[in-house]
Amino acid sequence: MISLAGRDILHAWGKFVFTGVGLGLLIGVTLTMAGVYRGMVDDAQVLLDNSAADLWVVQKDTLGPYAEPSNLPDDTWRAVANIPGVANASNVTYLTMQVSSASGETRALVTGIANSGPGSSGWPLRLLAGRQVSKNHYEAVADIASGFKLGDSIQIRRNRYLIVGLTKRMVSSSGDPMIFIPLLDAQQAQFLKSNDAIAQNRRRISQNPIFNNPRNPEVLDAVLDLQESNTQVNAVLVQLKAQAEPKQVAEDMRRWLRLQVYDREQMEQILVGKLIATSARQILMFLVILAVVSAAIVAFIIYTLTMGKIREIAVLKLIGTHNKSIISMIIQQALALGIIGFMVGKIAATVWAPFFPKYVLLVTQDTITGLIAVLGMCVLASFVAIYAALRVDPADAVGG
Amino acid sequence: MQAYGIKISNLSKTFGRGDTAVHALKEVNMQVEPGEVVGLIGPSGSGKSTLLKCLGAIIEPSAGQMYLGDQLIYDNGWKISDLRALRRDKIGFVFQAPYLIPFLNTLDNVALLPMLAGKSNKEARQRALELLTVLQVEHRAHALPSRLSGGEQQRIAIARGLINRPPVILADEPTAALDSVRALTVIRTLNDIARDYNTAVIVVTHDDKIIPTFKRLYHIRDGITYEEQGQGREIL
Ligand SMILES: Nc1ncnc2c1ncn2[C@@H]1O[C@H](COP(=O)(O)OP(=O)(O)O)[C@@H](O)[C@H]1O
Ligand SMILES: [Mg+2]
Repeated sequence: MISLAGRDILHAWGKFVFTGVGLGLLIGVTLTMAGVYRGMVDDAQVLLDNSAADLWVVQKDTLGPYAEPSNLPDDTWRAVANIPGVANASNVTYLTMQVSSASGETRALVTGIANSGPGSSGWPLRLLAGRQVSKNHYEAVADIASGFKLGDSIQIRRNRYLIVGLTKRMVSSSGDPMIFIPLLDAQQAQFLKSNDAIAQNRRRISQNPIFNNPRNPEVLDAVLDLQESNTQVNAVLVQLKAQAEPKQVAEDMRRWLRLQVYDREQMEQILVGKLIATSARQILMFLVILAVVSAAIVAFIIYTLTMGKIREIAVLKLIGTHNKSIISMIIQQALALGIIGFMVGKIAATVWAPFFPKYVLLVTQDTITGLIAVLGMCVLASFVAIYAALRVDPADAVGG
Repeated sequence: MQAYGIKISNLSKTFGRGDTAVHALKEVNMQVEPGEVVGLIGPSGSGKSTLLKCLGAIIEPSAGQMYLGDQLIYDNGWKISDLRALRRDKIGFVFQAPYLIPFLNTLDNVALLPMLAGKSNKEARQRALELLTVLQVEHRAHALPSRLSGGEQQRIAIARGLINRPPVILADEPTAALDSVRALTVIRTLNDIARDYNTAVIVVTHDDKIIPTFKRLYHIRDGITYEEQGQGREIL
């Protein structure tokens, strides 16, 4: 047997390689889009992994703390810790904001961690360099993706923090690097009012004779203290004892504490199923359009290549070549184009993925699905050319 | 033994019907012996190509009888079933233009049919090389068609038509694109083939350079054939 397709490709390899590369870049974009989606899911998962929690306790009727705002009194953790099955409970705050240093600024998820020490929920798991936060104030551990370095001094709201440690791949569900600071600082950053607002508030309260009673001056101080203290956190992260049943403990908390509690599975459902669902559909639309465009290109190229040798095909049919030889030539060429394109696309995606600002995760499963889809698309796309080739009349070879 | 290479009796072909019907062939009678080369000449529109297409099992006649080799292939509306195999095994086609496959070298262009039919590449190429040798183009076996002269290409096309040792060769204006020296070479080649392989050859032409070489001619006018004696001039 002889491979007509193979010989044609070898003969016109320049044309094949060029169209293959063009197609490949398109396939590369498609694979990257899939990688962007996988990256988003992975970001959500590492966020949950890194928080090292079995349960998330949040404000009632919210999807907090990542998908919706959630506020809890910062002494809730004591009640949570007393529920049977709980090994420990830690306060945590999350606030996405701009953080700047002398060398630049970045958008980051500023995470306030309770002073329960390294290893407890909410704390960075592994450090790439430096050490964990060890003071109650003005120290920070930053993810390397923030671009900050050890010893950098960063500005969060009114205070400056010294970077004492670096982590890797600690990101928010939208891919922003995390910066860990002591809880008290974080509460202040999140809940502190502006000086003007505080002054205004003081004036208003002190003008109120009920609070500002000359016979009982402590009342005013107590009220102002209450107004200006920052006693909220966004969530309580819970680690369970080894034998505890997460669903059961969560149920107990809901009933006794009247709080919302999510286990790992529910949290994943919120992040992947709700928070990034719209983005996922957005990406799906791109995937569909790219697939259609790629198919159209393959169809067009294969059709053009086939029409370029339609005379020869008429001759082949006339001298008795089976249709299946002609069909297999066309399909093989389409598949070859698809394979060249796929390899180029895979390489391109691998090369350019690290340069994307957000995490692009290329999964083997997507590569395999992509390859099958590309090959299937090539076969479909060659139908037009096959139709044209089968329709050509052998009599055309003889002429008038 | 074959009694004849080609025999056609009372063949007719009408395109369309009613007022617009074209009677391209009205009354065709023809017989070509194995080993014989006959010319088929006639003015434009007289039905030459239509006759060749009927003979080549490319279009179906309207009535009459056709034998190819020792086989009845058409009889008043009945035709043999596997026309593709008939074309492949019984008929060698040579066209005005060679229509070689541009991405295959000379040898593989000739060896293509048996290779596609499942013969080993070695066997097919060996047979192709023999034919190229007969046609004196074996030195071009590994060249691509685009590197060959028009005459060489036409001889390669003849070799391709001969690869399955068909009892019949149908050539449609095979010399139209060639100068007289090359045209005569092609005709001599066809004569050699006819003699060496006992093949019946029909050459459709209106090329004055080669018409004198035929010993016997069929003239076709308004779809009716007339047999003529040719000059049978020696080709030098
Ligand atoms: N497919 C067809 N449909 C209708 N008429 C045709 C067709 N093919 C040929 N004819 C007509 O048949 C006649 C003979 O044509 P053709 O065999 O091509 O002549 P030649 O090859 O001698 O020039 C012409 O009048 C031509 O118009
Ligand atoms: Mg004609």
